[in-house]
Amino acid sequence: MESQFKSLSKKLFSLLSKDEVLTASFTGEESQFIRYNNAKIRQTGLVDDSSIGLKMIANNRTCNGSFTLSGDENIDLLRGRAEIDRMRIESKEILEDPYIVMPSGSGSSHELKTANGLDFDDAVDAIMPIVQGVDFVGILSNGKMYRGNSNSLGQEHWFETESFCLDYSLVSKNHQMVKGTFAGTDWEQNKYENYLKLSKQKLKMMELKPVSVDTGEYRTWFEPAAVSDFIDMFSWNGISEASIRQGCSGFGKMRHDGVRLSPHFSVSEDFSSGMVPKFNSNGEVSPSLIPIIKSGELKNTLISSRTASEYNAETNYAETGEYLRSPKMDSGSLSQENILKEIDNGLYLSNIHYLNWSDNPGGRITGLTRYACFWVNNGEIEGPINTMRFDDTFYKYLGENLVHVGKETEYIPNTSTYGNRELGGTICPGILANSFALTL
Amino acid sequence: MKIDTNLNDMLNAVEVAADWVGIREVYEAHTPRMIRDGVPVENGRHSTHGIMVEVLVDGQFGYYGTPDISKEGVARASKNAFNQAKKASKYALHSFTSEVRPKSVGNYKSPFLKDVRDVTAKELNVLLLEAYKHLKVSDKIVSASSLASTIETNFHFISSNGSDIGQQFLMIEFDLSATAVDGSNQQTRTFGGMRGTCRQAGMEFLDQMEILSQANKIGEQAVELLTADETPTGEMDLVIASDQMMLQIHESIGHALEVDRILGDERNYAGWSFVKLEDFGNLQYGSEHMNITFDPTVSSEFASYAYDDGGLKAEREHLIKDGVLVRGLGGMESQVRSGINGVANFRSSSWNRAPIDRMANINLEPGDSSFNEIISNVDRGVYVESNRSWSIDDYRNKFQFGCEYGKLIENGKLTKTIKNPNYRGISNPFWNSLKMVGNKDTFGIYGTPNCGKGEPNQVIRVGHASPVCLFSNVQVFGGA
Repeated sequence: MESQFKSLSKKLFSLLSKDEVLTASFTGEESQFIRYNNAKIRQTGLVDDSSIGLKMIANNRTCNGSFTLSGDENIDLLRGRAEIDRMRIESKEILEDPYIVMPSGSGSSHELKTANGLDFDDAVDAIMPIVQGVDFVGILSNGKMYRGNSNSLGQEHWFETESFCLDYSLVSKNHQMVKGTFAGTDWEQNKYENYLKLSKQKLKMMELKPVSVDTGEYRTWFEPAAVSDFIDMFSWNGISEASIRQGCSGFGKMRHDGVRLSPHFSVSEDFSSGMVPKFNSNGEVSPSLIPIIKSGELKNTLISSRTASEYNAETNYAETGEYLRSPKMDSGSLSQENILKEIDNGLYLSNIHYLNWSDNPGGRITGLTRYACFWVNNGEIEGPINTMRFDDTFYKYLGENLVHVGKETEYIPNTSTYGNRELGGTICPGILANSFALTL
Repeated sequence: MKIDTNLNDMLNAVEVAADWVGIREVYEAHTPRMIRDGVPVENGRHSTHGIMVEVLVDGQFGYYGTPDISKEGVARASKNAFNQAKKASKYALHSFTSEVRPKSVGNYKSPFLKDVRDVTAKELNVLLLEAYKHLKVSDKIVSASSLASTIETNFHFISSNGSDIGQQFLMIEFDLSATAVDGSNQQTRTFGGMRGTCRQAGMEFLDQMEILSQANKIGEQAVELLTADETPTGEMDLVIASDQMMLQIHESIGHALEVDRILGDERNYAGWSFVKLEDFGNLQYGSEHMNITFDPTVSSEFASYAYDDGGLKAEREHLIKDGVLVRGLGGMESQVRSGINGVANFRSSSWNRAPIDRMANINLEPGDSSFNEIISNVDRGVYVESNRSWSIDDYRNKFQFGCEYGKLIENGKLTKTIKNPNYRGISNPFWNSLKMVGNKDTFGIYGTPNCGKGEPNQVIRVGHASPVCLFSNVQVFGGA
C-alpha cells in the first residue's frame, strides 16, 4: 500500500504547474468482517479498500477530490490525471478562498506497527467454540489499516497498523444484555476465552429480578464506556473552535461566561498512546498533548489551520472537522471496590445509547440507558433496570454534581466502520454524579 | 471518471464451484459545493468504484469487496469469498439457497430534465453565494451557509442464475442554514432540518425551490426565534409539519419494522424492536388514520428504485393499513428466515458492504383534512417544524425529538412563535394518538442522506413523505 501511494502521488505531483500545490491523503484497509447472531454466523466477508484524497490550491482557490485506488497504476494514474484536470478547470471558475491553508513544513514521519494478529483463515475456529450455548451477537473487524499523507512540497507521512476488534453482546433469556469489546493487536486465544468467560459471568447478574425505576434524579455511577460516550459528544458541536465562533457549540457558556466544570474533571487530546497518527489530512502534525479542560476550566479548543486563518487564532493542527482524535480523561481516586458503597442508593450505568444534544447552548444531552444498568440499594446491586431516557446538562453531571472520578482508566476502542474502519479510541475512567435526571 | 467494465467477462473469470455467484458493481460520484459566511468551504468531487463478489457455498454466503476490477482481481476475490463462506458454513445462522437471489433483468434511471453538466461550478458558486446573502438578514446572524450536492450512482448487478440489472441514479441534496445569536441564546433555522431536502432529480430541482425567498425566510425566522417565548411544558395536542414527520416515521416506524432487527441481527449495534414476528397482521400500530407504505415508485423521492441489491423487483406495498401492521421491511433473506411477508429492501451503501434490510421510501399516505381544519381542531397545543435533535431507544420505544421552530396554537388559531420545541413519547401509544392526517395539499416529500445501521456500519439514503399530522396528549417541553 505504501509504495503504491508514494509512487502514484509522486506521479501526480509531476503533473502540476509551478503555481499549483497538491496535498494527497491516503486511507486504506484489508479487512475481514464476520457478523454473528445467536452464536451463529450471519454474514462473512473480506473488504480491500483504498482511496486517495486530493486538495489542490491554485489561483487562490481550494479544490478537493478523491477516488478509489484500483491497485492498477495505469488506471489510478488515469483517474488522478482526470481529477487534476477537473480541479485545474474549477480553480478558474469557483469563488476565491480567502482562508487558504497552504501545506506547512512539519516534517515527515513513518510509523509501522506489526502484530501477531488473528489470521483470516483462523477467525471462525478461534471465535466460535467458546460462545456456543449463549446468545452471542456482534461483529469481528480484523486486519490491516493504513493512513498516509504527502504533498508537492516534499512532505511524507505514513501510518500502518494491524488490529482486531470483537464487538459483541451476550443476551439473556429475559432479553437483558451485556456488552463486550475484545480488541487489540496480538491475538491471544487464552486471553480471549477468559474475557468471554467474564462476560458470561456478568450475564448471570442480569438474571436478577429487574427493578422498575421511575423518572427523577438519581445518584449515578457511569462506567468508562458511558463516560466515553459523553466525551464523544464534545466532538459534535462541542470543543471545535469553529463551532463556538459559529454559535452552535455547547461550550459557549465556558468560553463566554467563564462557567467551569468540576475541578475533578480534566480531559486532553493526548497522542502518546500511539493508536492514531499525529498527522492530519493536511499533513500537519499536532502537539503530543493538548489540554482541553483542566480541573474544570476550558484551556483549549480544537483549532484547525483554516479556522485559525478565518478567526485570527492560533492553530493546534486539529483535523478539519475539529473533533477529538485521541481523547484521554484523567483518573481520580475512587477505587473499584468502593464504587457500590459510594453510590449507596442509585444507578450503576455500564453503557448509554443514542446521545444527542437536546439543548446545545445549555449543554443538555438526551439519551438512554442500555446493557448492564443496575439499581443499587444500600451499596449492593439489587437488579437490572428497565430502559430509561435521560435528559440532563453536562454542566451539572460533569460540573457541580460530579463527586468522584474512578481510579482506573479503560481504553474504549472506536468501533465505527462507516465507510472504513476507524482508528483509536478514548481513554477514560468512570465517574460518580450526585444527581442525574431520568425523564421517560 | 468511470472506467468501463464488462461484468460478463468478470463472471466468466470466477473459477470456484459455488452454488451461486453474483457480482455487484457500484460507481458513485458525489459533488458537494458549500458557501459559508460568504466564502467557499467545499468544492469537491469524491468518487468510489468497486465490485462486490458474492458466492453461495453450502448454504452460506461469503463476499469480497474489492476495487480491483480486473479479471484476475475477480478470480482472486471469488476464491477468497468462497473460502470465507466455506469456513463459516458449519456455523451458518440459516442455510440459504439461490431463491433469495431471484433472477431479474431490467433497468432503472432517475427522472430528470436538466443534467448536472448543464450547470457549471461557477454558476453553482454564484447561486450559493447569493443564497448566503439572503440568509444574512441581520447582524444577529453569526453564521449562515448554503449547500448543494449532486450524487451520480451507476449500479450493475449480474449473477450466475441470469440476473442483469442496471440502475442509474441522479440525486440532489440541498440545504440552507442560518444561526442567530444574542448572548447565550443561539437559534438555528434550516431548510427542512437534518438536510432533509433531498431528491432524485436533475438540476431543475434547484430552479424549482425559490431558493432566495426561502433563504430570506430562514434568516428572518432564525432572528425571530431569539425573541420568541420558550415552548410551554405539559401534555397537549401536537401538530407536526411534514419535515418533522419525516423523522418521526423514520425512527418510530421504519427502523422498528426492519425484519433483520426483529430477528436480532442488530442487537449489538442499532438494537432490537418492540415489534415481534407474531405482531404482523395483528398489532394495532396506530390509529385508523394511519396508512404507511413502502413505495419505491414515487417519482423524484430520494430512495426510488426498481430492484434491490439482491435482485428483487421493488413494488409499492402497505406496511400499516388503517393502523394495523400488515407487512415487514424484510428482503428475501429475512422473508425466508422469518416467514413474514416483506418488500424489496435488501440494500447496501456501496460495493464494499453487504446488503441488509433497509428502509427505502417509507411514506404516510395523505388523509382528508386541510391544514386549517387541523389547526382549528386544537384548543391548546403547539405546531412544530424541522428536526434538530433525535434520540430513540434500542427497542424503538422511547423517543425524544427537538425541532427548530414552533408556534403556539390557542383556540384553534396559530398565535405566538415559540423556541426550543421538544416532545417525547413511546412509539405505539404515540401513533395510536394520531387524530388527524392532512390532505395532499399538506404533503411534503423529504428524505435523509444519513441513515446509519449495520455491522460493518453503513450509511444509506432513504425517502420519507408525509402530510401534516395532529397527535393528542403529547409530552411537550422547551429548552434548559
